[in-house]
Amino acid sequence: MSDSATLCTPLHALHVELGARMGAFAGYDMPIQFASGILAEHLHARSRAGLFDVSHMGQAELVGPDHATVAAALERLCPADFLGLAPGRQRYSQLLNAQGGIVDDLMVARPPGADGRLNLVVNASRKAIDFALLESNLPPSVRLTRLDSLALIALQGPSAVAALERLEPNGGLAAMAFMSAQPIPFGRFTAFVSRSGYTGEDGFEISLPADEVEAFARRLLADPDVAPIGLGARDSLRLEAGLCLYGHELDETIDPIEAGLAWSIQKRRRLEGGFPGAARIQAPLADGPARKRVGLKPEGRAPARDGAEIVDASGAEIGRVTSGGFGPSVGGPIAMGYVASFAAAPGTPVSLMVRGKPLAARVSPLPFHPHAYRRG
Amino acid sequence: MTETRYTKDHEYVRVEGDVAVVGVSDHAQEALGDVVFVELPAIGAKLAKGDSAAVVESVKAASDVFAPISGEVVEVNKEVDAQPGLINEDATGRGWIFKIRLADAGELASLLSEADYAAFLKTLA
Repeated sequence: MSDSATLCTPLHALHVELGARMGAFAGYDMPIQFASGILAEHLHARSRAGLFDVSHMGQAELVGPDHATVAAALERLCPADFLGLAPGRQRYSQLLNAQGGIVDDLMVARPPGADGRLNLVVNASRKAIDFALLESNLPPSVRLTRLDSLALIALQGPSAVAALERLEPNGGLAAMAFMSAQPIPFGRFTAFVSRSGYTGEDGFEISLPADEVEAFARRLLADPDVAPIGLGARDSLRLEAGLCLYGHELDETIDPIEAGLAWSIQKRRRLEGGFPGAARIQAPLADGPARKRVGLKPEGRAPARDGAEIVDASGAEIGRVTSGGFGPSVGGPIAMGYVASFAAAPGTPVSLMVRGKPLAARVSPLPFHPHAYRRG
Repeated sequence: MTETRYTKDHEYVRVEGDVAVVGVSDHAQEALGDVVFVELPAIGAKLAKGDSAAVVESVKAASDVFAPISGEVVEVNKEVDAQPGLINEDATGRGWIFKIRLADAGELASLLSEADYAAFLKTLA
């Protein structure tokens, strides 16, 4: 049951028709799982191709007189190098508060052939906060436009490229490299497609008109390799891939260095700073942060969940689990969390407190399941 | 003659002499989704009605299994320990969780009959 305040994506009716179990997520009534269940959906996305509705996420564009102006405006809030972002490329970054804490994480794409435009995708739960933050910090020549008339779907897995090419054989999809982004015509409409996703698999995120998405999703689902995937498996896939989820691994008290996202801060920005909380972020870049995001692998088969205390051999708390569950491709329990840096080396034995009892675990390298991105 | 009774927390109790087989209902396994781990009680544990007796973990979440009646745990299902998915496949059969020796058979009267439980499920829909 959804109350009147609950939002629906343009694929809501299709989810219900497909027999999805629906649940509330970030104010939206979303498919948690379909008939085959989370385990089967997860494994399908790893072995063939999974279709995800991510239309609840916030899409927007920044438009200004030229690339340098728009990039500089966004660099005042994010630590990535957008000035150096080439046309047709996408970058992962974070919106930061004045203390360098993460307000949200987001994807930023520079469409080819349009000087002075950046496309943003932010988390559903944070879009109102993000867009307000952006609007109050943009110079007069740069405008933020929410793209609420667009839907967003992800097609993820080793069969994703073939399935999408069967719909548009001449679009150049196969030649796209990981983290590239470009418009692709699909007959009646043109979609903005990036070769990216949040499962650790090769795949695409496809932004398209909301009134076209149901017909397009039905065409994809008619492909025997493609199955619909709910948020349950989206979560287990991203956890195995070692990817952060806002509200779990990321929040306003955590900075990108602690979160293990230093790779997303390019060299020029590290040297120059000029983003919120730069002082907090530049020092640990050199000296190392006091706590770090790590993978955790319980030694038995019991999972540890979000919020479980992480303790050392003496029983002293050294951190907390931020996401935990069962990894279907790993075949056992996995978790991520923050620990004091002295305990962050892979292999370090720790205990996770589950129902009052210590569960033996070890710090594990991330990802738990190898990424299969298509590197250019 | 065996009789299965239910709790509003979706446990079932199947009485076999002075021992009762306890598990989660088919409705519960359906709601939980894929079960990946079961924490079994210790054999010999003395449980009061309503105590947390076992934990069933699905991919998404952990759920307590409460003792539907008071008594002593006399057997646990080692098969669901090795294959937690049995709870999804056959919740009321091979997916049983533990057996308890009844301390007070009178407590059974407070549980729902099969028909009452079916009627209760309808109120949840």
